[in-house]
Order: sequence, then C-alpha cells, then structure tokens
Amino acid sequence: MAKVLVFIDNPGASLKKSSLELLTLARSLGECTVAVNGDLSDGVAAGFAEYGVGSVLRPSVQDLNDYLVAPKAAYVAAAAETSGAGIVLLDNSPEGKEIAARVGIRLNAGVITDVVAVDPDGTAHKSVLAGSYNTACKATTPVSVLTLKANNVTPEPAPAPTTPEIATVDVPNVAAAARITAREQKVASGRPDLTDARIVVAGGRGMDGDFGPVEELADALGAAVGASRAATDAGWISHDAQVGQTGKTVSPQLYISAGISGAIQQKAGMQTAKVIVAVNKDAESPVFEIADFGIIGDVFEVLPQATAEIKKRKG
Amino acid sequence: MKIVVLVKHVPDAQFDRHLSGEGNTADRDESILSELDEYALEAALQLAEARGGSKAGNQVIALSMGPDGAVNAVKKSLQMGATEGVHLTDDALAGSDAAATSLALAAAVRHLGDVDLVITGMASTDGETSLVPAQLAERLGLPQVTFASTLEVDGGRLTARRDADTSSETVEAPLPAVVSVTDQINEPRYPNFKGIIAAKRKSITTLSLADIGVDPSQVGFAGSWTSVASAEQRPPRTAGTIITDEGDAGIKLVDFLAAQKLL
Ligand SMILES: Cc1cc2nc3c(=O)[nH]c(=O)nc-3n(C[C@H](O)[C@H](O)[C@H](O)COP(=O)(O)OP(=O)(O)OC[C@H]3O[C@@H](n4cnc5c(N)ncnc54)[C@H](O)[C@@H]3O)c2cc1C
Repeated sequence: MAKVLVFIDNPGASLKKSSLELLTLARSLGECTVAVNGDLSDGVAAGFAEYGVGSVLRPSVQDLNDYLVAPKAAYVAAAAETSGAGIVLLDNSPEGKEIAARVGIRLNAGVITDVVAVDPDGTAHKSVLAGSYNTACKATTPVSVLTLKANNVTPEPAPAPTTPEIATVDVPNVAAAARITAREQKVASGRPDLTDARIVVAGGRGMDGDFGPVEELADALGAAVGASRAATDAGWISHDAQVGQTGKTVSPQLYISAGISGAIQQKAGMQTAKVIVAVNKDAESPVFEIADFGIIGDVFEVLPQATAEIKKRKG
Repeated sequence: MKIVVLVKHVPDAQFDRHLSGEGNTADRDESILSELDEYALEAALQLAEARGGSKAGNQVIALSMGPDGAVNAVKKSLQMGATEGVHLTDDALAGSDAAATSLALAAAVRHLGDVDLVITGMASTDGETSLVPAQLAERLGLPQVTFASTLEVDGGRLTARRDADTSSETVEAPLPAVVSVTDQINEPRYPNFKGIIAAKRKSITTLSLADIGVDPSQVGFAGSWTSVASAEQRPPRTAGTIITDEGDAGIKLVDFLAAQKLL
C-alpha cells in the first residue's frame, strides 16, 4: 500500500476542516503518516486517531516558526524520507505551496498545486488558466508532492480509530533562511474563512465606501465577505478579503457579487463557484456574462431588501 | 547592487487562452510581459535608483527564459529602465515545468556572477503555481522571502513584510536572497519616450543551454517532473436569468436562493 505523508503546520487546539480533508484524502490513497509542526494538543492527537493516522512525526527543533519556509521544507522532506512516503500532501495556502516547492527540489519530486482530487494511481486533477481548463496531471518521479485546495474532499473519520505512534524527525540544518522578526496577529472577524466558506458575498467599487450592506447580507447567510481589488485598494475593507488573480481563489456553493464589474482578474478567483449571483446597476457589466442570476439594480436597494427578506423567512 | 529580475512572456489574460500541442502547454500567441513581473521590475528599479542608479554602478538585469517572442518581455523591461537584458532560449526548454524552469534559471543566475538579489513576481499569470521563486531559492541555496508587500535593503540585509491570513509578518534575510513581490508593493511605471529611446542602445545577451552548462535532458518535457495527461476545456459559463429591479429584486433574489436550496 502507498505511503502518504501529510504536513500540518501549527494545528492549535483542534484540527481545522482543511486538515481533516487532507487526512481523509491521504487515507483513501494509502497508509497515512502526519508530520506536525508546533504543539500536539490533546484535541489534535484525538483527531489524528479518529482519522486513522498510523504515525505522527514531530520536528527535533522547536524554532521552525521563527523562519520562513526553508527549515519547514527541510523538516517535511526529512519526514517524507523517514516515513518512506510516495505522496506528500500539504494544504494549498501560499505557505503550503512554497514549502511544497522546496520539498520537491529536496526530494527530486514533481510538485502539483491547486489539486482538487487525486486518483488511486496518484493522478491529480486541477483547473488551470483561471478555471477555464480541467487537467489531469501526474508526477513522473517516484515521489509526488501535492497541495490540496480546501473544500473538495468531505472529511470522514476512519471506520476504526487508530493509536498513532509518535516519533521525532531530525531537522537538517538549513544555512540560509529568512527570519521572522515580528508578527502582528490580525483580529478575527468571526465570519467563516473566505477560502473555504460555503457562501461568499463580495463587494466592489460599487459599494462606494460602505461595506455595511455586504456584511449584513453575509451575516444573514452565514457567509464570508469578499471584495474586488478596487474595494481593497480603496481601503474600504482589508486586503485579505480580495478575491481574484492576486487575491484569493474561492469555489463556494454560492458567490454573490455586488457592485463588481467582473474584470478578468476578478473572474479568475471566483468563476468556479457553483452558483453566481450578480447585482450591478450597469447592464453591460461583464459579470452578467457568467451570472446564473443577475439583477440590474442598485446594491443599496437590493442587498438590504434581500437581507431583510432572509431574516423574515428564517424567522 | 546587482539585481536580477525574472520576467516572463505570458499569454495576455485579456484574450481567451488555450492549451494545445504536445503536453498541453499554453498557446503563446498574443503574449505580453506578465503584469505581475512589472511589480518586481519596479521594486528593483526603486532599489537601484535609491542608490544612485546605473551611474553609481547599480545593475538591474532583466532575465527571461522562453522562445523567440520572450525577448519582448526583456525589451519592455529595458524600456521601463532595466540596465541590461538576458534572454535564455533553447528549443530543449519547451514544456519545462516549475522544477525544470527553476533548474535552468538557477544556472542562468549563476552564470551572471555574484548577484545581490533576485526579484520575481508573486506568480506567473499563465502557470499560476508560484513554485518557481521558492524552487530557485532552494537550488541556489539562498534565503527566500516570498509574497513581499514591502521591501527595503540596508547594508547586506533586506527587510520585507508579508501578509498572511491571520497575521502580518516582518522578515529579515541576509543578501544574496530571492524575493517575490506582490502587486501591493508599488505602482509600476510606464515606459516613457526617453526610456523607449534609451532601450534601443541597451544590450540583450542571448544565452543557450550550452552557455549556462545545462544538459538538454534536464529541462523541457524530458527534464520535467510532472506531466499533463489530459486537459479539457470547461464549458464556458453562460449567462442565466437577468432581471431589472422593479423594487422587489431583493425578494426575487431570496426566491432564487430558496429554489436553489442555498438558504
Ligand atoms: C496585476 C493585476 C492584478 C489584479 N488582481 C485583481 C484581483 O485579484 N481581484 C480583483 O478583483 N481585481 C484585480 N485586479 C483589478 C481588476 O482589473 C479590476 O480593476 C477590479 O476588479 C475592478 O473592481 P470593481 O469591479 O470593484 O470596480 P469597477 O470595475 O470600477 O466596477 C464597479 C462596478 O460597480 C457598479 N456599480 C457602481 N455603483 C453601483 C451601485 N450603486 N449599485 C450597483 N452597482 C454599482 C458599476 O456599474 C461597475 O460595474 C487586478 C489588476 C491587475 C492589473
């Protein structure tokens, strides 16, 4: 049976949904070992057991969080060698992809990012050119390194829990790495995480400095808030909310685009959404070419009315 | 300072883009300098200018790897203000994945001698993987700072900021280093008339694989570690129902969501 290594960086008190997705996919491909960085809390250890993890590896050094990428990559590559993994799985965050990149060079392994599904033979599926093609690709090397996009696997605990053994991996010394000298924690919004939210309500320049109607509709729907670059550049909302080519890529069940024209760079981040709703007062806006339901109207009238109606129906 | 900026010639995203031919690579007609590399070039130009520009011996070398047309990315970089251009081109490079690309680029950078900084865009707008900067750093044994939204160099050290989802980080690295920059870092300049004229006098060096000591079997389809088995064009999204608000569109929107079971 294939051996699969999953890297989970700083899981905290309990495993995130995207980590559970990685573990579920790993189990479908073979025997799963986890390389974890950071504290191994009781909640996380219990999650590993529940998801059928065979063994858990931890780094021999404690300061991986002080550096960017390189030492973490050295650790993951060493863990892959220790466990004999043929497939290394990481999350698809920017850092996950960079670690994957360096692990690939260390292991002489092909790297595939933005993966949405993996066949039993290791063939990975992903979309390219801003969602316009679906491709199947494969590493031609003995080991492959894959980064999995969130929300494409349904987390499922193992049929029977395991009792993972815990071992330590020696982290090779990396001569040159960038050091993190300060870290500012951002305030949590309390809303779902944009990249894996089921519903996203996004606002653009049409919100004219007032994201209130977007946030209220998002809260009524239990949605995450997104934005176009015009809106984040204007400072109406934090840059983290940007959806698109240089922002986040989202593939929610529902994307509501409000006061956004639908430029190619914006579409690149959202056109794989299952259902797209657009509200825009200009009937010529390109966003209407891809909307399943389009409303030619003013965001300041349509959004509050929809929010009130949802609240009414939900009682 | 000697700064190498990696610039890529990519299919213009404003047009429909296609995969074709051997290995389903992107069709390269209608290509331009990747927009995201303009931020890298601007960052390099600003660092050089702050140190007295080319008169004070600062070099900004635009390096592009790719077929004949890729020289256009180098030319545009020279017009924007790069001091020299290098075009790495060889038939054997066609179809290189990130691993093979980073191998060739690492050899090209080494060929250019002692370099203080290699600056790249945050991702190419065609492959969109963001793998190359990190792989290049790993191959060159250099520290990397990816997704920098600010960049300062003082003495032999660089300081940059990176914005992650839950935190924002300040990072420091000794030079030489590899840095990839986001589109938040600056506002790239347009080439002006003077720049366009000046570019005509600047030299572009063409390098082959033999020049940089890379064996053709290490790059291209042969040297790539991934291959594309199949590519299917997604049916383009088509427009659905479009209504004009007559005072009740918010309610109709909720009706639509209810019908789609999205409430
Ligand atoms: C290198 C690069 C990378 C980029 N990356 C991204 C990216 O990741 N994400 C991104 O979004 N963009 C990105 N862009 C920018 C992109 O090209 C567009 O400029 C941007 O998406 C436009 O944002 P917008 O639709 O909000 O604004 P606009 O294009 O100005 O559109 C505003 C829309 O709001 C409508 N409107 C105005 N008032 C109202 C009202 N009261 N009610 C209803 N509708 C109203 C207007 O009709 C218009 O259609 C990038 C650009 C570059 C060059």
